[in-house]
Amino acid sequence: MPDMIEKTAPAGENAIPAQRGTAAEAKAEKPRSLGLDAWHDLRKRPVFVISAVLIVLLVLFAIAPSLFTSVDPRAGDLRNHYLTKPNYLHFFQGDWFGYDGQGRSIYARMIYGARASVVVGICVTAGVTVLGGLLGMIAGYYGGWVDTIVSRFTDMVFGIPLLLGALVILNAFQVRTVWSVVFALVVLGWTQMTRVMRGSVITVKQSDYVTAAKALGAGTGRIMFKHILPNAIAPVIVVATIALGGYIATEATLSFLGIGLQDPTISWGIDINSAQKVIRQAPFALFFPAGMLSVTVLAFIMLGDAVRDALDPKLR
Amino acid sequence: MGRYVARRLLQMIPVFLGTVTIIFFMTRMLPGDPAAAMWGDKAADPAQLAAFKHQMGLDVSKWQQYLNYMGDLFTGDFGTTMGGRKVTDVIGEAFPVTIQLALLAFAFELVVGVAIGLFAGLRRGKAFDKSTLVLTLLLISIPVPVLGFIFQNVFAIQLGWVKPTVQAQHMTFDQLILPAVVLGSISLAYVARLTRTSIAENLKADYMRTAVAKGLPRRKVIGTHLLRNSMIPVVTFLGTDLGALMGGAIVTEGIFNVQGVGNALYHAIGRSEGATVSGFVVVLVLVFLFASLLVDLLYAVLDPRIRYA
Amino acid sequence: MRGASQAKWVVAAVAVALAATACGSNGGSSSGSNGGGAVNAQGTFSYQSTEPQNPLQPANAMEVGGGRIIKTLFKGLVDYDPTNGELRNQVADKIETTDAQNYTVTLKSGWTFHDGTPVTAKSFVDAWNWSANVKNNQINSDWFSDIQGYTDVHPDEGDPKATTMSGLKVVDDTHFTIALNGPVSYFEYKLGYTAFSPLPEVFFTDPAKYGQSPIGNGPYKFVSWEHNKAVTVAAYDKYAGVDKPKNAGIVFKNYSQAEGAYKDLVSDNLDVLDQVDPSDLASYKSDLGDRAVDQAQGAIQSISFSLYADDWKPANLSKVRQGLSMAIDRDTITKTVLNGSRQPANSWVAPGAMGYKDNTCGEYCTYNPEKAKQLITEGGGVPGNKITVLYNADGGHKEWVDAVCNSIRQATGVECVGDPKPDFKSSRDLIKNKKVDGLMRTGWVQDYPLNANFLRDVYGTGAAANDAGYSSPEFDKLAAEADKATSVKDTADLYQKAEEQLAKDMPAIPLWYYKTTAGYSNNVQNVKYDSFGDPVFTQVEVKQK
Repeated sequence: MPDMIEKTAPAGENAIPAQRGTAAEAKAEKPRSLGLDAWHDLRKRPVFVISAVLIVLLVLFAIAPSLFTSVDPRAGDLRNHYLTKPNYLHFFQGDWFGYDGQGRSIYARMIYGARASVVVGICVTAGVTVLGGLLGMIAGYYGGWVDTIVSRFTDMVFGIPLLLGALVILNAFQVRTVWSVVFALVVLGWTQMTRVMRGSVITVKQSDYVTAAKALGAGTGRIMFKHILPNAIAPVIVVATIALGGYIATEATLSFLGIGLQDPTISWGIDINSAQKVIRQAPFALFFPAGMLSVTVLAFIMLGDAVRDALDPKLR
Repeated sequence: MGRYVARRLLQMIPVFLGTVTIIFFMTRMLPGDPAAAMWGDKAADPAQLAAFKHQMGLDVSKWQQYLNYMGDLFTGDFGTTMGGRKVTDVIGEAFPVTIQLALLAFAFELVVGVAIGLFAGLRRGKAFDKSTLVLTLLLISIPVPVLGFIFQNVFAIQLGWVKPTVQAQHMTFDQLILPAVVLGSISLAYVARLTRTSIAENLKADYMRTAVAKGLPRRKVIGTHLLRNSMIPVVTFLGTDLGALMGGAIVTEGIFNVQGVGNALYHAIGRSEGATVSGFVVVLVLVFLFASLLVDLLYAVLDPRIRYA
Repeated sequence: MRGASQAKWVVAAVAVALAATACGSNGGSSSGSNGGGAVNAQGTFSYQSTEPQNPLQPANAMEVGGGRIIKTLFKGLVDYDPTNGELRNQVADKIETTDAQNYTVTLKSGWTFHDGTPVTAKSFVDAWNWSANVKNNQINSDWFSDIQGYTDVHPDEGDPKATTMSGLKVVDDTHFTIALNGPVSYFEYKLGYTAFSPLPEVFFTDPAKYGQSPIGNGPYKFVSWEHNKAVTVAAYDKYAGVDKPKNAGIVFKNYSQAEGAYKDLVSDNLDVLDQVDPSDLASYKSDLGDRAVDQAQGAIQSISFSLYADDWKPANLSKVRQGLSMAIDRDTITKTVLNGSRQPANSWVAPGAMGYKDNTCGEYCTYNPEKAKQLITEGGGVPGNKITVLYNADGGHKEWVDAVCNSIRQATGVECVGDPKPDFKSSRDLIKNKKVDGLMRTGWVQDYPLNANFLRDVYGTGAAANDAGYSSPEFDKLAAEADKATSVKDTADLYQKAEEQLAKDMPAIPLWYYKTTAGYSNNVQNVKYDSFGDPVFTQVEVKQK
């Protein structure tokens, strides 16, 4: 187990992890797995607890929006055009955060918009991380012609302009749902993750503990997932957590271009887009959906930090 | 090393051909008839439409069009736009503008991003680190058009320091500052956080203890050992990003009226101009290939353990 | 991507009585004495434009980017007086006809092209023959289809049989005759279009090269075309027209987004605006004060039914369509969502066009939720109780489509959603090929200011722009009668009768008329717009610095 290395290895850059470097032995001595270990560690971190609470709340918005508001987010009354200012004392009411350009409750739309936005954000991030991460790990670990094929293929896909790719892919769908948007963004977005993972793996695989594990005859899968992955994941997590917000925003761009989500689906992205046009008169119409986007990204960045710290042996 | 570079250069040929092929067929899959679109709201006169398609070589099968296009490409002919201009001319106008903007944005995110990330990583968990997180969040969550709007209003209209848009006829360096900062700000968040994480991680590494134990001065420890070893993920990201910046930014170029690659591509895609889109992407893929080669070579420079045979 | 969707397809200058209403302090007379400081006759100004899509040839510009530039470089036989909208002679001394089919044109002498060569009858006839020829790939070639012999130079299939149209004959340097296939009472109106401009000898030696640096006979001569940056023109000192430029030239600056142009205008880096972008509409009047412009434009926005689709085929659904029209609160939507940039419509013809009649739609274009519900029920209900409105996402239509849907949903309980397509051409493809199932955004910008253009070309059976697939024997009969009239006035009156049929059948719901919402900088004065929304370039005065 990697976390043993530090404890036993003599200080020095070229220190060779001692005999306890093999996972088999470590397991015999200490039955807790890496994941379990991390979990015990996580529960004690306030950053993790806060982010977890936020994420649970977001998921609740997504699953059961009607718990939080009884106002119909699609019902617009133009008498409530966005010039009607928010009434911040009317907690949980339709006019709590004011009305948008169509006279719809910004508060209700913020709650109902969570579903599409959170699904797009999480699923795309998960998709590109798994797909891109896996390819990046394979390319970085094996090197040679495997790396050549994966990397050059990555270059090719990276060359496709997002707008062109999204137009072609999303136009192929008769009915566009959240899932078609997720699909398109994963297909076009994994390349960056592959590169980050590959770069990270190339560095980590030179490490002494990997060499040692290889020398001791550990299997490829074991080396990749138990030794390399935990040490190479940090940059991937950083990029993924920031990109999550980016994907939610990209969904908005697609909707704006007429190839993303469409009415009656509600999303923060769509609202952020339409609020931009009235930023001079009604900044609050932009503030709330954009604020929710920030909170979501914040929650995932904090979660990412906490998880990475828990997984990373060196930071203990 | 020399052989490695030569091999990488050779690999560009199949990648180049593959990309051109993919892009060619993708542009042909775009919705709408580009020739009929010249008539806008009106129904195109059928005889004129047919004559027009014949002139543009759009009246033969897709495969034939593909062969024609590839044949022309090898003689250096990138084709013409719907309006009859040479695609090479259009590319030649747009790239210089975007390159200037991209380099400026790149310099901004590199210098500011690494600096912020370095200090945040060294003071992990302290106030500076936390305010970096807030700054990053702000940059991520403010939509680019809003950031552009704020910048234009504050710096151009209220303070009058710069012009609100890039004046294409008389482009000067100062006009590019606002768009470059807006363009670089999203990537700045990535660079800062990647650097911070990497620094914080490597701070605990064994070689750092050795370096400190050897009594090396702090400046040297951070400069040679820490920063150098922490740069690999950052370099990977920056390499990708440099390519992406060269691809032009549709939104930023639109806000600041920059007549660069993003704008040209956007219009060409909107009009389904196959030849123009393919032409731009062909050049871009070459840029990406060189950028990723550069990144791989930098790996070896930053980490001597990485060798290329 | 503002080109095609917002394009005003025709660039001939036409103005209506409303032209002079909204120019603030500069609105009065056109003399140089109004406004602020002294006028610098040597001054040039800049205008918000877009990159021309095609070479600058008069019959090859359909989008505004190239069209407006062409308009300043060329002048045809006639144009429209921007102050009152009346047809006025330019190169023509007189155009005579007795039967609306055979015309004799007499030219004024003294007109020259910018290269010094004289404008003669041959300049017109050669230009028209060349432009009509199918082989020369001019977008507007079918504008010559009224002329006898058009099918010889422009056959439906195959190569042209001739290079000249038999209907055009040069008599001498200052006279030529035009013979049409049949009477067209408003042919003179069409002649105001830039496609009918004359071309100099030099054009025919290399039309492609000419398209990059055109030589015209208009108030301005071409100076330079810096692609994707700007087109510059300068006043032509030997211009023989009645509208001599009051400034020394124009720079058509290329803007990819209206927002950027507006910022440049506010900071005086741009002088004359095309249109205020949506995000600044609510505040542009307070930003610009006297320099803000708000006036009528000859264009209408509507939503049409796919009358060819199974759902909307049944003949008895007209009540449902009328009901849906009554469910739309035009007044509130134009005031709020559209920030007053449109005027609620109650007819199918935009005001300002000859033959426009107020309120031909009557109560069916007045918001009345009760009556709307009642009509829909009487008509048997909306098929599936759900409608979609197809539109192109690149034209800034989302907001009002959402608002219209909201209005219908609230008033009648019929589910209504917008159905965006990524760009103009993909929505156009579906509409043109009659693949829409439901409602679609349609609009019409006048080619020439006559109600026939809004009616015959949009609602006649098989008409090129009949997107609804509307076919009414009554309407067609009335339109045919109107076309046979020998005077424009009679034609317009008869078309008003045809328009009444539209209220009965409601193939398309008129929503609102367009307005020109624009403005100008502190550097210029006396900026007025015609009913196409184009500034009257020659009258713009540059202030002394």
